[in-house]
Amino acid sequence: MKHIVTLNERVLEDTMEHGGCGECQTSCQSACKTSCTVGNQKCENEEQK
Amino acid sequence: MIHQFKNNGYNIVMDVNSGAIHVVDDLVNEIISRYETDTEENITDSLLKDYDKEDIKEAYGEVTHLKDQGKLFAKDIYMPYLKSFDSRPIVVKALCMHIAHDCNLACRYCFAGKGEYRGEREMMSPETGKKAIDFLVANSGNRKHLEVDFFGGEPTMNMDTVKQVVEYARQLEKTTDKVFRFTLTTNGLLLSEDMFDYINKEMSNVVLSIDGRKEVNDRMRPVRGGKGSSYDIILPKFKKLAESRGQDNYYVRGTFTHENLDFSKDVLHLADEGFKQISVEPVVADPSEGYAIKKEDLAKIFEEYDALAKEIVKRKKEGRGFNFFHFMIDIDGGPCVAKRLQGCGSGCEYLSVTPNGDLYPCHQFVGNTDMKMGDVETGVTNTALRSEFRKSNVYSKPACQECFAKFYCSGGCAANAFNHSGDINGSYETGCEMQRKRVECALMLKAAESVGDR
Repeated sequence: MKHIVTLNERVLEDTMEHGGCGECQTSCQSACKTSCTVGNQKCENEEQK
Repeated sequence: MIHQFKNNGYNIVMDVNSGAIHVVDDLVNEIISRYETDTEENITDSLLKDYDKEDIKEAYGEVTHLKDQGKLFAKDIYMPYLKSFDSRPIVVKALCMHIAHDCNLACRYCFAGKGEYRGEREMMSPETGKKAIDFLVANSGNRKHLEVDFFGGEPTMNMDTVKQVVEYARQLEKTTDKVFRFTLTTNGLLLSEDMFDYINKEMSNVVLSIDGRKEVNDRMRPVRGGKGSSYDIILPKFKKLAESRGQDNYYVRGTFTHENLDFSKDVLHLADEGFKQISVEPVVADPSEGYAIKKEDLAKIFEEYDALAKEIVKRKKEGRGFNFFHFMIDIDGGPCVAKRLQGCGSGCEYLSVTPNGDLYPCHQFVGNTDMKMGDVETGVTNTALRSEFRKSNVYSKPACQECFAKFYCSGGCAANAFNHSGDINGSYETGCEMQRKRVECALMLKAAESVGDR
């Protein structure tokens, strides 16, 4: 496309089928402890990849 | 839902419900802003004074193509999906273990009082720590990865318990299918190089508390008795520990307050000292405190975030980049939508354990006895409270419904919401404003990586 660059391939809907396994890191275990920062957590579900 | 913003020369369009992120030219930016409320003919007519007709047609076609692919104007389809999680068994997968309700610093802004959480000074015994591990394993269902954060107060004041708990958990790894990941959060005063091998072997992550520039750190993080500089004691040790971990799997973690609104300088100071994993976060404080972040501070804070993001782009190009925790967003391989809707799991799959074994929804609720959930011997007994936390998600929070950042912060921190509104489904508006700004800066960094200079 000439006018638009899309930065990501996957859309959130694609994660529904295998989502919610709960194996990913709890956000407060990373660094925050005073905020909620989920968008930077790594997915640990092999089926999502 | 669409959110359009400009940052550092990039026109960025977030399609909130699909999670698709687009960098667009001015023409498309204009078209998208009117696409759902006007006809193609009207939009075209009004743009003809500035753009060529063929160009407008082409740009309009690109927008329509992305809409057809579900990457623009996508609907929110997740509520029934999330409802289907209600029937899943309740599991606990992470504990914040309060190894010591005591501290050897006297930080002015500490949400835990001076380490004792408005209660008694107390150390967790190894026995209580092991019972907490038993509680975690027994309640973890089929979750394989279990997380334990050694927290305080200052956990290194009670390393014997830390070591016994780790050893006990490692034994359990041999007889169960569980894998433990430990985090140590420390102010560094008692760290010594002879602890590094142990820490690097056992701790998946370490969080090293330092606020940035010496004068800023020492003003808020004085040593007890007021003599000497905590900065001078901890900085060399933190640098060595970070190096010994290959500059990965750690954070230097600071707090900024109303008293250092120029906090980008603190972040850059830590970067200049060689740290590659940096988190500096707004203080959590009672609004009556002089150092609390105020609504009128937001304009300056936004300027600081913008300046920091631009500097990160520059340094990355120069080969001296670093990670700033609040600007890290994984737009392709990040969390699934279920995780993004449910948030941190506090009060349900994430709990805090006090030194005497009491359970709380998270570390920030410790000390508020109304929020006690049970203890490690008998488990969670306040099931009504657990149920409230379990039902709390992006959809249960009125303020999140029209917010473009909801799939990045997942409705925000329950404790912040509770402390500012009296309700875990309420909101902390000043915190939300900062979160939204950070998401915009984080996406600008992605745009800069992908499309280069604008």
